[in-house]
Amino acid sequence: MLTRTEHRAARAAGLAALLCIGLALAVPVLVLVAQGAGTGLSASQGEYLLRITRFTLMQAGLSTILSLATAVPLARALARRPAFPGRRWLINLFAVPLGLPPLVAALGLIEVWGRNGIANKGLGLLGVETPFSIYGLSGILIAHVFFNLPLAVRFILPGLERLPPEYWKTAANLGMGGLSLFRLIEWPAMRQSAAGAAGLVFMLCATSFTLVLVLGGGPAATTLEVAIYQALRFDFDPGRALMLAAIQVGLTLAVMLGLKLISAPSKPGDTKGGSTSRPDAPHGLHALPDAVLIGVAGVFVGAPMVAVIISGLQADLSRLLADPQFWRAATTSLSIGVAAALLSVLLAGLLVRARYSAADRSASPALGLLSALSGAASSLTLLVPPVVLGAGWFLMLGGGVGQMLAPLAVIVTVNALMALPFVMRVIEPAHLSAMQRNGRLSLSLGITGFSRLWQIDIPALRLPLVTGFVFAVALSLGDLGAIALFGSDRIVTLPWLLYQKLGSYRTSDAAGLALLLGGLTMGLMLAADRLGNRNGTTGQ
Amino acid sequence: MTQPPAIMFDRVVYGIGDLRAEFSFQRHPGSVTAILGPSGAGKSTLLNLAAGFLVPDSGVICMDGRSINGLPPSGRGVSIVFQDNNLFAHLDIRTNIGLGLDPALRLDQPAWSTVDKALERVGLAGFGRRMPGTLSGGERQRVALARAFARRRPLLLLDEPFDGLGPGLAADMLGLMLEIRAEVGATVLMVTHDPDEARAAADQILFIAKGRIAADAPSDGFFERRDLPELDAYLGSTGET
Repeated sequence: MLTRTEHRAARAAGLAALLCIGLALAVPVLVLVAQGAGTGLSASQGEYLLRITRFTLMQAGLSTILSLATAVPLARALARRPAFPGRRWLINLFAVPLGLPPLVAALGLIEVWGRNGIANKGLGLLGVETPFSIYGLSGILIAHVFFNLPLAVRFILPGLERLPPEYWKTAANLGMGGLSLFRLIEWPAMRQSAAGAAGLVFMLCATSFTLVLVLGGGPAATTLEVAIYQALRFDFDPGRALMLAAIQVGLTLAVMLGLKLISAPSKPGDTKGGSTSRPDAPHGLHALPDAVLIGVAGVFVGAPMVAVIISGLQADLSRLLADPQFWRAATTSLSIGVAAALLSVLLAGLLVRARYSAADRSASPALGLLSALSGAASSLTLLVPPVVLGAGWFLMLGGGVGQMLAPLAVIVTVNALMALPFVMRVIEPAHLSAMQRNGRLSLSLGITGFSRLWQIDIPALRLPLVTGFVFAVALSLGDLGAIALFGSDRIVTLPWLLYQKLGSYRTSDAAGLALLLGGLTMGLMLAADRLGNRNGTTGQ
Repeated sequence: MTQPPAIMFDRVVYGIGDLRAEFSFQRHPGSVTAILGPSGAGKSTLLNLAAGFLVPDSGVICMDGRSINGLPPSGRGVSIVFQDNNLFAHLDIRTNIGLGLDPALRLDQPAWSTVDKALERVGLAGFGRRMPGTLSGGERQRVALARAFARRRPLLLLDEPFDGLGPGLAADMLGLMLEIRAEVGATVLMVTHDPDEARAAADQILFIAKGRIAADAPSDGFFERRDLPELDAYLGSTGET
């Protein structure tokens, strides 16, 4: 419920926001096209592009299959065992990878799966001669499953937990067990979310940058994103970067269209857990397979995090904390994070408001378009991955080295756009319910325009706005994608510093830094989660 | 006694939170028992114990003189109808009933015609291909009764099945349930909070308060009794008499 003037203002502001996002996306793409247009494609380059594309698709496909093939039985086992001790804890653990900076996770994975890690020691004890390598395809797959198995489980599990308790009682009463229960009840409840999760996981793996940079990166295991980075940063070959970026965008576009077709669920739902009893689930020894599956998955996801904590605590933290380099990086990271988060929340707010206004009178096709565009704006940023965005700006700024302000602005913008879909997802439902609650009342009291914005709407949205802000800060803090192209002696963020320490084999420093960075982002994510939950209970 | 009781609880104990429920009673084959009592007294617990969804801490539950303690819910000869969600919403009506005949849905032609006959019996002939969501609440409960009818199990458990249907519809459904019970020859345990429903359908009453059977009596004249303080409180609080 808005007045005519408010409608106009909301749409104008939304349009402005869309324009800004469009510019931020279009300029780098245009620059890429302009710079790369002249360069031809040699046969060897074609072969190279083909190889990179094939590897990108292959690793994303394998990662998706592995993640989903584990997530479906795991979600089923978790739904079937609603009350074992530590279940809540495990579900919370599964939320951690969503917020963990990939670089920190990579470090933990190397600790566990690396040459001297527990996994290889275990294999050695079992008599396996050749150590398992965390570098290359196998490492990329492990890392992607580490991130996406929990994500997929959190997508799929709520679908099962939402089923009414009578279903399980009826199933038990009728004697539906094992295969027929899965085929007739469980799979139909999981199918849609599993398909959505598969699409999302594929998308995330096809555009994964940091993990492939750290664990792959060699000529045999490079993805499009990392190849773009290498083309610009090491070879300064805009033509190649352009070709790679074009393929990348085409690829993500195709996947996104596919995702739209299967109508992906927009976010992992809430799992309640523990309340629904499952009289259909066999007990005693029959519970063993479930227990083993849940246990192994818990260790797989938990071990790298524990490794980060242990090796981080073994590092010389006091020396690290006394290092001015650390504080400079932390200050830079936080400044970028806060700026990016402010921008992201502002853009999200404008878009949400415009979408609401446009949906209110969706009769006109122009307004329908505005609504659709505002909704799609957030996914547009998925379409043009950060590295591609950065690449365009990088070329426009002439390599970026030696400059300070312009690269910082680009990093802030890229990070803000990255967080946009998540921030919008937090704000939009809250905005809608606030409108439903206060809209008529505000109108009837004659509180309109700015005074309404300041006195009614923004206070009502305070909690979701703060949640989105904190989340965006955390996301920006952990990001390596945007900084990777622009990182220099003058612009050093925490992930960039960590990446440098890793590159120069300062392992102990890296471990300490990873703990600090991981702790910081996880703390922020936890705060955002808490705020979001409080919002959920009071906001409805 | 020439015939063992259709269902018997012998000092069946089950702890739910702070409440320790203990039940002992028995019922003849073909009897209809209404289970009444304040909410939280343990009515549904009793039903869940009989169905096998809950495992008693101690005590024995027998059907036809044999202990069913160790049997899974599907092995007990029990059909159950809940207040809601009796049908899997994503499966059509025929499938929902068919699952009652074979849980893996391996049905031959005669079995499918049993399904169709059951639908006919509850007045829903031709509804087989429809989805539960397209049916009214009353029609869905009819389907649940049709499934119980097709299964022909000796014990029929009803957990407030006609609640929320409105008085007229509930009375119709109660009548249908009694007919089906008679045709199948089942023993009925029915949780209800409606004294009128109990009066109309049941020949026996189990009145439960605080996890105990406060009264186990014929339904004739039960609601006129004044010697049970719990009953007074219950009827007074519901304002039914």
